[in-house]
Amino acid sequence: MSRAVRAGVAVAALAVLGALIVWAVSDLRGVGHPPGVNSARVAPILAHERQAANAVNGVTFDMRGSDTLGEEMILFAAALGVSVLLRAARDPREVQVAAEDDVNRRGAISGALRASAATLVGPMIVFGLYVVTHGQLTPGGGFQGGVILAAALLLTYAGGQVLAVQRTDPVALVEVSEAVGALAFALVALGGVVFAGVLMANFLPFGEIGALLSSGTIALLSVVTGVEVTAALALILTEFLDQTLLRDA
Amino acid sequence: MTAVQACALVAVLVCGTATALVREPVRQALTGGVFGVALALLFFAYQAPDVALSQVVVASVAVPLMVLLAVAKL
Repeated sequence: MSRAVRAGVAVAALAVLGALIVWAVSDLRGVGHPPGVNSARVAPILAHERQAANAVNGVTFDMRGSDTLGEEMILFAAALGVSVLLRAARDPREVQVAAEDDVNRRGAISGALRASAATLVGPMIVFGLYVVTHGQLTPGGGFQGGVILAAALLLTYAGGQVLAVQRTDPVALVEVSEAVGALAFALVALGGVVFAGVLMANFLPFGEIGALLSSGTIALLSVVTGVEVTAALALILTEFLDQTLLRDA
Repeated sequence: MTAVQACALVAVLVCGTATALVREPVRQALTGGVFGVALALLFFAYQAPDVALSQVVVASVAVPLMVLLAVAKL
């Protein structure tokens, strides 16, 4: 296909796409006036019947909880797939040797990067833990907090600490917590069947809206998701970093 | 539309165009991260703090990181 024909096809496709977007957007309501009756019902139901202050996590972990169960398993399977694929192609001892060599690169990292990484790691871990544990109260929750916690791990790497070093060996810990996170989510889902007769039923005491221990399983599932997301991202991260170490060695 | 929303829209416009115009993948990962933060500001200005927080962590941490790990060494 010549350049002119490709440009013609692209312009035509963009014109159709643009027209479709304009058509779709012209039908939208203004900000703060969502369509449908359920959008107005969700927040009062979650506030009064679940004592959950954050309606978004209330929807994610309660109203459409079985969807989130599926998403959790997708993340688990994805992280597992990445590590199985990458590990099949290499020898763990080679990674160990490359990691030990890599300790020497600390001198090559700029002092500014090391200092800012060391300063930021502590506050980031505290912030990540806050976001994970306050999912039922404030914006955030297990997913966002989990990514923040995994980013703190990345900062330690950027600051010159190799993640594969034997002394700390976070990989084994990360593997176990990923499995524990996914299993705990499934167990809470099954707990609904055992204690209330419905999958993903909110079977814990709801408490008082605004309290840290409120909203029943919503708070618990937020924490469990935090464990799972942190571990899954950290696992994918360490696998890719090991691969980078080998390529450099 | 408030002034904050207008500023956020302009920032998204500028950063999005910049990301598309940068041709080198490593630089594009970084401009893409800035574009993601601009989008997060836009979501925040439209009163969606939950989505904004997800947008910040995914677009400014996860996506640039995966791109960097895939195309270059960290």
